[in-house]
Amino acid sequence: MGAFLLRRAMEAIPTLIGVAIVVFVLVRVVPGDPIAMMISPGATETDIANLRAAYGLDKNIFEQFLIWGTLALSGDFGTSISMRQDVLGLILGRLPATLELAGTATLIAIMLGVTLAVAGSFWRHRLPETIIDAINGLSLAIPDFIWALVFILVFGVLVPVMPISGRMDPRIEFEFVTHFYFLESLLRGEFAILGNLFTHGLMPALALGLPLAAIITRVLKGSLDQALVQDYILLARVKGFGKLRIILGEALRNAAIPALTLTGVQFTFLVGGTVLIEKIFSYPGIGNLAIDAVINRDLPLIQGLIVTFAILFIVVNLSIDLMYAALNPKLRHG
Amino acid sequence: MQFSRRGFVAGSASLAATIATTLVLPKGARAKGGSITIAYHVNLPSWDPTVGLSAVNPTIQGIYQSVFDQFISQNPDLSFTGGLLEKWGFSNDEKTQIFMDVRQGVTWHDGSPFTPEDVVWSLQRAADPKTGNPIQFVWGNLKKFSVSGNRVTVDLDHFDPSLFPWMAFLTAYVMPKDYYTKVGAEGFEKAPIGTGPYIVDKFETNAFLRLKANPNYWGGVAAYDSVVFKFVTDASARVAEVESGASDVTLEIPYQEYDRLSKKSGLKGLTTPVSDIGMIFLNDIGVMEDKNVRLAAHHAIDKDLIVKRLLRGYGVPIDTLEAPQYMAYDASINVGYDPEKSKTLLKASGYSIDNPVKFKIQTTRGFKPKDYEMIQAIVGMWRKVGIAAEIEVYEIAKHYELRASDTLAEAAFYNWGNSIGDPSTSTGFAMFGPSPHSTWDTDDLDAMIGPLWGEKDEAKRIAGWKAVSRYIAEQGYVIPLMQYVQPIVHSDKVNVVPHVSGALLPHLMKPA
Repeated sequence: MGAFLLRRAMEAIPTLIGVAIVVFVLVRVVPGDPIAMMISPGATETDIANLRAAYGLDKNIFEQFLIWGTLALSGDFGTSISMRQDVLGLILGRLPATLELAGTATLIAIMLGVTLAVAGSFWRHRLPETIIDAINGLSLAIPDFIWALVFILVFGVLVPVMPISGRMDPRIEFEFVTHFYFLESLLRGEFAILGNLFTHGLMPALALGLPLAAIITRVLKGSLDQALVQDYILLARVKGFGKLRIILGEALRNAAIPALTLTGVQFTFLVGGTVLIEKIFSYPGIGNLAIDAVINRDLPLIQGLIVTFAILFIVVNLSIDLMYAALNPKLRHG
Repeated sequence: MQFSRRGFVAGSASLAATIATTLVLPKGARAKGGSITIAYHVNLPSWDPTVGLSAVNPTIQGIYQSVFDQFISQNPDLSFTGGLLEKWGFSNDEKTQIFMDVRQGVTWHDGSPFTPEDVVWSLQRAADPKTGNPIQFVWGNLKKFSVSGNRVTVDLDHFDPSLFPWMAFLTAYVMPKDYYTKVGAEGFEKAPIGTGPYIVDKFETNAFLRLKANPNYWGGVAAYDSVVFKFVTDASARVAEVESGASDVTLEIPYQEYDRLSKKSGLKGLTTPVSDIGMIFLNDIGVMEDKNVRLAAHHAIDKDLIVKRLLRGYGVPIDTLEAPQYMAYDASINVGYDPEKSKTLLKASGYSIDNPVKFKIQTTRGFKPKDYEMIQAIVGMWRKVGIAAEIEVYEIAKHYELRASDTLAEAAFYNWGNSIGDPSTSTGFAMFGPSPHSTWDTDDLDAMIGPLWGEKDEAKRIAGWKAVSRYIAEQGYVIPLMQYVQPIVHSDKVNVVPHVSGALLPHLMKPA
C-alpha cells in the first residue's frame, strides 16, 4: 500500500507542473489586464509603469514564471492583487468551507442514492419503483443551480424556514480555532453553532447533492439488478434469506463498486459545481473566491486556486483508488 | 431499558422542540433600532481604501466611508462638507499652496488621538509610487508639508483646480500613521481601524462584515448599534434576502423586482439618479472620422424609449457627460432624437438604408443593467436610418485593456462614474486625448480642454467645461445615453437616505 501511495504521489508531480505551466500561461494570454483595471484617468505612462512594477508584471512571462515557481515550491504563492493578502493563507482559510460543503453534499447524495437504489430494487416492477425512477429522472434533468434557486424560493421566501445566504449567522459570537467550522463545533460540543451551520449549509448541500444522488441511484440500481440474478444470490434465496437481507447483505457490496468509482469521478465535478452554488448562496468557499479572482483578473489568486483544485482532484482520485482496492479483492491481490 | 408510550411521546416532543430551536431562523434581522442587516451586492476584497483595485472600485466606497473618514466629505446631494478637514483652501494668489485645518478631538477606533501627522502621512503615502496608489497623479502634486498647530500647509508642484474635490474621492481616506506603521499592510487587512462612524467588529471575506457603532464619532453616534453587511452577490438571492426579512436593506436589484418588492407590505423602495452614466465611446478611426456618421448615430437613438422600455423608466436621458447634479451641467445642450435628420446626414456622406455605413460596437453583457439589450435596441434604431452595426460582446476587463491601449472599436458602450461631480473627472478624463481612459483623441478638443486643467478662475473654468460639452455635442465625439438610477429596497421600519454618489451609508439610516 505504501509503495502504491508513493508511486501515485510521484505520478502527481508532473501533472501539477503541467497544470502550473498551462495556468500561468493561460491567465496571461486571456483578455484582461489587471493593471488596466486599476489605472486612474489621469495616470501618466510613468504611473502605469510604476503600478506594473509594483505587482511584478513588468517582467517577461518566463521570468515571472521562474519567480512564481521558485516561491511556490517554498509554499509562497504570492500576494493577491485584489485582496492584498497571502494567496496560500486566503485559500487555506476558504478551502475548509468548500470541503465541508462538498463533503456534506456527497454524504447526502450517497445516503439518498443508496436508499433510493435499494428501495427501487426492493420494489422492482412495482409502483414505488416507477415513482423512484420518475424522481430520479427529475433530479438528473435539473442542474444544481436551478435546484438552488428553487430551494431559495420555497424554503427561503415562500416558507422562510432556512437562511438564504452565508455559512453562519453573522451575529453569532464564537471564535473558531480552525476553519473547519462544522467539524470543530461538533468536536467541541457546540451544538447550537452546529445547528446554525447545518441550516446554512443544508440548501447548498442539497442543491449540489441532488444531481449526484440521481446518478448514484441510477448506477447502483442497475448494478443491483445485475447482481440479483447471479448464482450466489440464488443460493441466498434457497437458504431462505429475506429480500432486503439479500440486497443489503449479499448484492450491495459487489454492486457498489461501479457506483463508488462514478461517485469519485462525479465528486470532482461536484467540487467544480461549488463555484456557482457558493455564489448563489453567498457561501464563503474557494468557489466564491475564484469568481472574484477571475472578475478582478487577480493572477496570483487564480493560479493558486487552480493549483489547489488540481491537488484536490489528485487527492480525491487517489482516495477513490484506495477505496476501490479495499472493496475489490482482485485489485488488492493483484 | 423499558420504553413507554408516554415516554416516547414526551421524548419526541422534546426532540422536536430542540430541533425547532436549533433550526429556527435568527430573526434579529428586522430593524429594531439596535441592529440592521444589509444584503450588499459586491464583496469587499481589501481593507486598504488607498491602494490596489479596491481603491478605485466605486461600489465599495460606502463600506469604506462607514469605517474611514475622508479629508473632505460629501452630503447626499454631492455638495462638499467637512470631513477630517474642517477648513481648506488655497493660501496664495498663485494657488500653489494650500492650507488644511485638521479636525480636533477626533480619536481612532483604538482610542489613540487623530493628529495632523496622520493627514500628512496619509497624503505622502498616497503619493509614494511604491504603495501602488492608483491616484498618484493627484497626490504627487503635493510636495512640501509643514504643520503648525492643527493647520497643515502644503506647497504644490502646480495649481490643480480639482485637488479639493479629489479629497472627497477615490483613495482620499485618512489612514492611521502609528497603527499602520506598527501592524503593517497584512496586519491592517486583518484588523483595520479608522475614525469613521462604525468600527470593524468581525469580517469574513466573501461572507459578511459586522460593524459596531463608534461611540466617540465626531459626527455623532450612528442610530444603529450594529450593522451587518452580508455579501450577497447574486441578485435573486438579494431579492430573497429582503423579501424573506432576513435582510433589512438591499440595492442593485433588477428593476422589475424593485417594482414588485416596493409594493409589498412591510417594504419600501427608493430610486435615486446616481453619479453613474451610460455612454457610447466613439473612437477616432474609420467611419467615425466622418462627422455626419457620428451625428447620425446620435440623432437616431431614442433615449426616452430606451429608458422607458428597457429600464422601466429608471434612468435620466442625457446629452452630455455631465449629469444634472454635476458642477458643469448645462440643460440647454440638447442633441435630440431625430431619425430623419440622421438619414439626411448619412445621405450627405453617401449612405442609406440600402447602402448602410458599417462599424463595430462593443458592449458588456450583464455588467450594467440591460447593457446588452440597450445596445441591441440601439443597433435596431440605427438599422432604420442606414447604420449597420455589428455587436461584439466582451468582458469589462477586456474593455479596460482595449481602452488603455486605445484599441477599442469604432463604438464601445461603457458606464462612467463621477461622484465628485467635477467636470475634469467626467468630460475631462473621458475626452482629453492624453488621458489613458479617453477614446476620442483629436487636437481640436485637446486644445479646448488643455487650458481648463490650470484655469484658476472657478467661474471661467466651469463655463469653459460647458463650452467643451457643447462642442462635443455639436461634433458628436461621444454618445451619452442616460444617468443610472439606483434601486434600493428596505424594510418600512428603516429610514434610508440615498446618496447621489451611489454609496449606501448605514450611518445615514435611522429607525422609522
